[in-house]
Amino acid sequence: MSARAGDVEIAPEDLRHLADAQLNVELDTGDMVLNLGPQHPATHGTLRLVVRLDGERVIAADPVIGYMHRGYEKLTEFRTYPQVTTLINRIDWLSSFANEVPFIWGAEQLMEIEAPPRAVHIRTILTELSRIATFLLFLGEMGLQVGALTPPFLGFRDREHVLNLIEAATGGRFHPNFNRIGGLKDDLPWGWIGETRDTMRIVFDACNTLEDLLMGNEIFELRTRSIGIIPGELGAGYGVSGSNLRASGVDWDLRRDGTPYLAYPELDFKVWTHSDGDSYARYWVRLQETRESARMVIQLLDQLPSGPIMAKVPRIIKVPEGEVWTETENPLGQMGYYIFSKGATGPFRTKIRSASFSNVSILPWLLRGVYVPDVITILASLYFILGDIDR
Amino acid sequence: MIPTLAVEVGWGTTLALKTLIVLGLVPFGALVLGYTFLLKMMSHMQSRLGPMDPGGFHGWYQLIGDGLKFIQKEDVMPAKADRRVFALAPAVVVVSTFLVFVVLPAGPELVVSDLDVGVFYALAVSSLSVVGVLMAGWASANKFALLGALRAAAQLIAYELPLLLAVVGVVIQADSMSLQGIVSAQANGEIFGIGLIGNPFILTQFVGFALFLVAAQAELTQAPFDMPVAESELVAGYMVEYTGFRFLFFFIGEFGTAFAFSALAATLFLGGWAVPGLDNEGLSTVIGPAVLFAKLMAVAFLMFWVRFTYPRLREDQLQTLAWKYLIPIGLANILVTGALKVWI
Repeated sequence: MSARAGDVEIAPEDLRHLADAQLNVELDTGDMVLNLGPQHPATHGTLRLVVRLDGERVIAADPVIGYMHRGYEKLTEFRTYPQVTTLINRIDWLSSFANEVPFIWGAEQLMEIEAPPRAVHIRTILTELSRIATFLLFLGEMGLQVGALTPPFLGFRDREHVLNLIEAATGGRFHPNFNRIGGLKDDLPWGWIGETRDTMRIVFDACNTLEDLLMGNEIFELRTRSIGIIPGELGAGYGVSGSNLRASGVDWDLRRDGTPYLAYPELDFKVWTHSDGDSYARYWVRLQETRESARMVIQLLDQLPSGPIMAKVPRIIKVPEGEVWTETENPLGQMGYYIFSKGATGPFRTKIRSASFSNVSILPWLLRGVYVPDVITILASLYFILGDIDR
Repeated sequence: MIPTLAVEVGWGTTLALKTLIVLGLVPFGALVLGYTFLLKMMSHMQSRLGPMDPGGFHGWYQLIGDGLKFIQKEDVMPAKADRRVFALAPAVVVVSTFLVFVVLPAGPELVVSDLDVGVFYALAVSSLSVVGVLMAGWASANKFALLGALRAAAQLIAYELPLLLAVVGVVIQADSMSLQGIVSAQANGEIFGIGLIGNPFILTQFVGFALFLVAAQAELTQAPFDMPVAESELVAGYMVEYTGFRFLFFFIGEFGTAFAFSALAATLFLGGWAVPGLDNEGLSTVIGPAVLFAKLMAVAFLMFWVRFTYPRLREDQLQTLAWKYLIPIGLANILVTGALKVWI
């Protein structure tokens, strides 16, 4: 009996020795490449994650985006300004109204039009309502992603009340398309203010319920605490923004720190931060922000001015030459539009900065070394919308 | 053999009858639990109604209709699947459930076979289902299915032990491993000299009962231990490639096993079919199944309540829970039970 290793003949007794040596070597198990997505229940749409696994541990994760790219930046070049709002409604489809605001704001800046105070206040109310709606969905959905079946239904149920309000005011549950350059399409319907106050009570109740159901649960804490820690500086470096960054202890909110917009300078509100930076902190910050938004809505209702809802705007909207950069604090983070006008009825070029695109860019760093279930927890806690990534 | 039957029947007929009853019990149990808890209780917990229209009364026909639909569906098999193993896996899962019912007594004579090692047998055959799960996961030629199956295997090793340790206390107290023996020990027992309600072992073996429920939850792959099927991570785990009738088999297996484990818990800890103080054997045979069913549903309610409320643990956290907490508690429980048995 003899065997060959390279060109060297090995004697049988040496071979026995070799066999002994191999017993002490750790069993070499191959890595497995797992395709999470584009069709996967936990990716909120068509995000694809190519995950390299060693057992259940992630060695490397690569997000592949673009499965739902709709070319909105290009499409805006062939639309008039009022038509563009229809498109940008569909960027972050869970808080569409908030998407419209920075674009309309930019166009108004270029045209040097200022919306009347009542319109500004109603815009602020609707923006905060869409923030509440999308966060209520998140607060429930996060439960589903860590395996609890009941919270998402509670989140959906209570979000419905908020969506009804948005529908009553704008006519659209998801895509209001309600902003006009210089104001709003309509005034608020009769009885809407009282109903909104009642609904805010429901929102507070919903937050309390979900806090009891999830945040007080030991398993939820085990699954989310110290999972997916984003250090504040690194997060900011990757362009992570919004609640995700505030959960890493960065006290930065464009509603307070950016160029003043809407009615935020007149409001008294707290910017919530958490020092941990893990999934639990992100959940906690969004929970507090939902409550804060409800408080802001109540404040806005108290100080809602009377007056017209449209400024004087020419019949055919032509935006004078120039360029403008506007950025606002959207539910998912910093959203910005760079509008470049050449004096036509539509923009010459638009650049859309959407929050989720930058938020998921940290995934390859964040997912290294975690377990498969934690991948889902981290994806859920980052809270991205596919339309907001792919535009 | 069955006293309520007036006609004299041979062993062949009896065996055929018993087989038919057991064969009917598993889908029946799956339907009852599926309807009561999955469709109705979960819906009401989540502030929705669930199916209301099929069948007229609160959608009772829904699951039967679903079953019929599954039978009509095309039998899809992945191209790279290991065909024989893939086809056999659901059957293995369901058969392991059938086998548990063999030793479950529903009355003084209503038992297929009262084995002397009944408890041991029931727990042993119930863990056979993981072989089916492993077969399904491996044969599907799907990475999600494979991960799910391996998780199921890891889970089995962690949870078979606490499950057995939880039952040992009962066996020590009842002086018997036969399920009929355990039932009669509870019916005729006394607690602090009072024999009014017998001695359901939940009163003395409450630690064992809690352990048994936790471990059974893991055995049934229900939340918070549903990692093998975790739909938010692994889509449907080992079941991901199954369609139609084969999927129906897994469904029946899942809920049939839940039915069997609830019955086992009711027998071991709540006194089983027996009504303390009732000596009439004929009457016991008649109301025994109803008593057992009521107790079983109470246990199943607990299990499903937890299932629909709790988030899922991670695989390593589950191992920590099993090895660091449940097994030491189970061992301590046996020690205390044994010591009390000897000295009192």
